[in-house]
Amino acid sequence: MKTNDVILQTTTKVVFFIIFLFSIHIFFAGHYTPGGGFVGGLLTTGALVLLLLAFDLKTVKQALPFNFTIVTGIGLLLALGTASASLVFNVPFFTHAFDDFTLPLFGVTSLHTAMLFDAGVYLVVVGAAITIIQSIGGDA
Amino acid sequence: MEFVYLIFLPMLVALIIPLLFKKLNGVHTGWFVLFVPVVLFIYYAGFARSIMDGGHAVSELQWIPSLGISFVSYLDGLSLLFTLLITGIGALVVLYSIFYLDKSREKLHHFYVYLLLFMSAMLGVVQSDNVISLYLFWELTSISSFLLIGYWNTRDRSRFGALKSMMITVFGGLMMLGGFVLLGIMGDSFSIRELIANSASFIGHEYFTLALILILLGAFTKSAQFPFYIWLPDAMEAPTPVSAYLHSATMVKAGLYLVARFTPIFAVSEVWVWLVTGIGLLTLFWGSFFAVKQIDLKAILAFSTVSQLGLIMSLLGAGAIAFHSDDALFKFATFAAIFHLINHATFKGSLFMIAGIVDHETGTRDIRKLGGLMSIMPVSFTVAFIGSMSMAGLPPFNGFLSKEMFLQSMLAIQHFELFNFATWGMLFPIVAWIASVFTFIYSFYFVFKTFAGKRKKEPLPNTPHEAPFGMLISPVILAALVVGIFFIPNVIGKWFVKPAVMAIQPALYNHPSDVAVHVAAWHGFASTELWMTIAIVGVGAILYLTLAKWQKLYDIQPQSLSLNALYDATMLFGERGMNQLSRFYMTGLIRTYLLYMFAFIIALTTATLFIKEAFVVDMDSFSALNAYGLMTAVILIIAVCMVVLAKTRLAAIIALGAVGYSVALFFVIFKAPDLALTQLVIETVSVALFLLAFKHLPALRNHGQTKRNKIANLIIAAGIGVTVTLVALSAHSQKLLPSISHYYKETVATEAGGGNIVNVILVDYRGFDTLFEIAVLAIAGIGVLGMIRLRLARKERADENK
Repeated sequence: MKTNDVILQTTTKVVFFIIFLFSIHIFFAGHYTPGGGFVGGLLTTGALVLLLLAFDLKTVKQALPFNFTIVTGIGLLLALGTASASLVFNVPFFTHAFDDFTLPLFGVTSLHTAMLFDAGVYLVVVGAAITIIQSIGGDA
Repeated sequence: MEFVYLIFLPMLVALIIPLLFKKLNGVHTGWFVLFVPVVLFIYYAGFARSIMDGGHAVSELQWIPSLGISFVSYLDGLSLLFTLLITGIGALVVLYSIFYLDKSREKLHHFYVYLLLFMSAMLGVVQSDNVISLYLFWELTSISSFLLIGYWNTRDRSRFGALKSMMITVFGGLMMLGGFVLLGIMGDSFSIRELIANSASFIGHEYFTLALILILLGAFTKSAQFPFYIWLPDAMEAPTPVSAYLHSATMVKAGLYLVARFTPIFAVSEVWVWLVTGIGLLTLFWGSFFAVKQIDLKAILAFSTVSQLGLIMSLLGAGAIAFHSDDALFKFATFAAIFHLINHATFKGSLFMIAGIVDHETGTRDIRKLGGLMSIMPVSFTVAFIGSMSMAGLPPFNGFLSKEMFLQSMLAIQHFELFNFATWGMLFPIVAWIASVFTFIYSFYFVFKTFAGKRKKEPLPNTPHEAPFGMLISPVILAALVVGIFFIPNVIGKWFVKPAVMAIQPALYNHPSDVAVHVAAWHGFASTELWMTIAIVGVGAILYLTLAKWQKLYDIQPQSLSLNALYDATMLFGERGMNQLSRFYMTGLIRTYLLYMFAFIIALTTATLFIKEAFVVDMDSFSALNAYGLMTAVILIIAVCMVVLAKTRLAAIIALGAVGYSVALFFVIFKAPDLALTQLVIETVSVALFLLAFKHLPALRNHGQTKRNKIANLIIAAGIGVTVTLVALSAHSQKLLPSISHYYKETVATEAGGGNIVNVILVDYRGFDTLFEIAVLAIAGIGVLGMIRLRLARKERADENK
């Protein structure tokens, strides 16, 4: 029997972006307010799980043609790269740097290398979680 | 020349032996080996003159200087005597083995490698001045003798004998190492000479008696003393040259050497005197008593070796009394010990070789099948006769002299005042006398049952004939020594025995010639020992003639009550018992292992908590209860109970979700927004995962749990819960140091440019942890992927090994 879950799918199409944007917000706001790479990544995963529930594995794979194992790898590389970049400037491993910059469009913004590291965390969380869910779900 | 290198000469030659055996197979490999002991004997004999004058020679090779371990070749009277025995008898044995072992049928490249290895090891044992290198060589003798006993490794008995000797001697060796280490701690040195020099300070040290007993264990196991002698009869499965060399002349005397060498350190102790003398006498009696029971020629010799070693051991013990008493008779005992050691090496070596000849020429060693070989093998008979009579202690052979001295020393012991000897001393000469009677009997038994009488009716496996000339050279030389020493005992005494006695009792003499002992064959009719000897001959002769009547008495002792049975039972227990033990607790069930672990955690933690009096509850440090917290706690407890009591998986998963969300609520209440967020999301994702995974599993089943299991689980779980609670309460109640969180609070904006302390700690202050946590997460993802992919791949091919 084929069910007609048009309400679920339509709602998902709207809600997915809200959750996704919220996760991005939480990720960027992490340095000053509650949030960060881990929660951000998990929220994005939650949004993707919602997609998986509303549609099916194949459709989501077509819509998001990423290999999530590679996403995990990129995340790890980014985190490790940020941590070891400090060695180039002759300071100890894992020394972060931050300063205020005047950016076009954003104005004066504080940029922090910790954000790059957090982005690595974010990517690893999303990549690993989706890899797990996809492999277990694909197995069924 | 640095003669310490000579210890390793046999080992070096052993390296090229297989090559010689393979390339020059026209010549018996033994001829190449023969030059090694001969050269060594001649070289070491050159030291005799200076050592006779009270000198000594030292040569050192550093090995591990930082630990004080080196190879030191120290030649004094004692070590020179042993060195000459090892090389001299070694040469004769190699010569004998050339004719005994067939070059086309035997694996000579194995045999001579082992033999040379053994020779090196033995030289190392007797010459080492460093206890650690002494131990090294000591174990090397155990290993090479193991290889030699198991030389015919296709026979069961050989392998059994080899293993038995290995187990017992290595056990003793390890004990001895312990003793050496204790000595090293007491004297702060591994050098025997320095230890002897400092030995006065050891008396009363807490390790002194322990070190003494451990070292004696090493000496007793190696020298086949009671009750460790049981390996020696089984070691007779070795080729006869090996028995003659290792198990009569050299290796078994390593224990005697050790006792003699450490006498200056331990002789002050009553334990030493009693143990060495007592065990020696017991072994003497025991060995001689059971030698008469044996029916195998080599077994008789094995038991007689045990017995004679006991004799020498008891003399060394009596010699230790000289450290307490000025009586000249006790100084005499050490002389007698060394003198008998030389004599025993000569006559026992020749007897073993004769046993080998009889075996070789007739095909059997069973004394019941032999007899009447006198006219066929006259030379062998003569040698056997000389050796046996010397062993029995009859003139005009060297055994007579040492036997007389032995009886004299044992008679003297009863006059010794200290250590309760006056009470028990009477036993010593009596036991010694009885043992001598049995020695007399088995000596006659050995030689006359083999050579005298009539030929047995059933034919021997081989037609007997006299041995080839080459095989007879070595026993004849030894027999000539047996007779020769009787006529020149004082020359031997002056050259070899007195320097050795001085080495054993360095404090008593300044020069070897101070050892005022004159060996005489005739003491006059007034001497007690003469009458004892006459009584030995009389009683022994009567008992020998009536042997057939009472030899059956030995069968009374049941096989299951022997020391061999004890050894077998121990070994069986080691194998089977330990197996059963481990099978008893290694059930293969994770449930059981978890029980062990948790039970130990409970026991260790609570015991520590209360023994160390660390359990404190400080009510003041608790914050006040609030209604929200209390409500959440109630929800949490209900949810936990549901998880435990749920009948279906789905209910358990949902209850677990409830637990997770209430924990998140706790985080909210206790002002941890980051944790609350993470907890909420991770709980959601993991519940989804649980549902995904458990959808495929069958309904909850009982996995063979019984009611008893459940009660045990309940007790253990409650115990763990209580333990963790107690620890948490105590830890909370006593905070020894203030928290470092103030630093984070003050520097988060200035140093790290952030506002959220939690996140800044995660990515900046302690980003290292986060780096590896995400690595863990990535590994988990890849792990799940790998497992599921591999399982899918396996489904396609039913057999994973294809």
